[in-house]
Amino acid sequence: MTSPTETAQVEPSGHHDSGSFGHEEHHAGLTDMQYVVVAGILAAITGAEVSLTYIDIGALFLPVLLIMMAVKFFTVVLYFMHLKFDAPIYRRLFYIGLGLAVFVYMVALFTFHFFAS
Amino acid sequence: MSDDSVREDKTSGNGAPDLGNEPTNGVTTSTIDEIPMGGVPEPGPSSSAGGDDQGSGLTDLPADHSPDDHPPLSPTTGLSNNKMGMWLFLGSECLLFGGLISTYMLYRGRTTSGLGPDQIYDIPFTSVSSFVLLMSSLTMVLAVSAAHRRDERNMKVWLVTTALLGATFVGGQAYEFTSFYREGLGYTTSLFSSSFYTLTGFHGVHVTVGIIMLLALTLMLKNDKVPGHKAEVVELVGLYWHFVDIVWIIIFTLVYLIPS
Repeated sequence: MTSPTETAQVEPSGHHDSGSFGHEEHHAGLTDMQYVVVAGILAAITGAEVSLTYIDIGALFLPVLLIMMAVKFFTVVLYFMHLKFDAPIYRRLFYIGLGLAVFVYMVALFTFHFFAS
Repeated sequence: MSDDSVREDKTSGNGAPDLGNEPTNGVTTSTIDEIPMGGVPEPGPSSSAGGDDQGSGLTDLPADHSPDDHPPLSPTTGLSNNKMGMWLFLGSECLLFGGLISTYMLYRGRTTSGLGPDQIYDIPFTSVSSFVLLMSSLTMVLAVSAAHRRDERNMKVWLVTTALLGATFVGGQAYEFTSFYREGLGYTTSLFSSSFYTLTGFHGVHVTVGIIMLLALTLMLKNDKVPGHKAEVVELVGLYWHFVDIVWIIIFTLVYLIPS
């Protein structure tokens, strides 16, 4: 009743293969307890960020703060938004938008001599 | 069996794949054709009122298979079009907030009457707001997790909790705006104030839209009026909510924590 092509798209288990993307649409992820642990780590990093504003660490302040921000950002994106477990095409769509935004606005900031000041 | 009868059977709720509002196409038909015909009809776990077609052959799925097992997938990519659309939307939102953040960065030093970032920001208060929004991301992911387990009760509880935490955040932002205004920082006071209110206001509007989406979704779940695949709809709202959270992660650091 199904052509070979159609059979390739529907696995016997009923799981749908993603065809040309070669990945399954599934809902793998962390357990609820692991999500709580991830949230705890995020809260701890936020606490560290705030603490940094009251401690003088000199020139390290800005890079450390930006690294912590990036860690929090990608932790939420990868684990809470499931990009780590989902099909790569979703990751590409989001990162293209993110990368484009960073590129365009970095150029804008350089144009206005933001970093020189 | 005619095409029309197949279309009718597949939405019967007797264990046949729930195709939501996706158009009927080749893959849809193949999905139905893959289901073994004959055997003893056994209603699926989420049977609906229209159960008069038992024995049609579309009810012989394994006991652990139900209409909610998989969202409708695109025949071309094998992925959910809805989810793909949401990720595209979020990618484009990066450009919107990128523009607002860089505008703020450019104008943060353009103050008048001595009211600048260092004078007006209340870091401890904003830190608590950030923590609240961060925790709302946790409750949202727990709602998505419950949705995939088809644990409807916990899903609703976590969705409402997320909406409440979001409302707390928005309330905090309204309080912050009011106190800044009372200190003399109006929208047109300076380039700094305009860019600050525009950036954080846009974010606040996004959070408010998210709260409306969460409450609407909860109501629709309660009345069983969610179109398509329930877990996927919850996941899509969750993606939007998490995006609002990651934007705040950036705003909190760049706007509040880094001194001008």
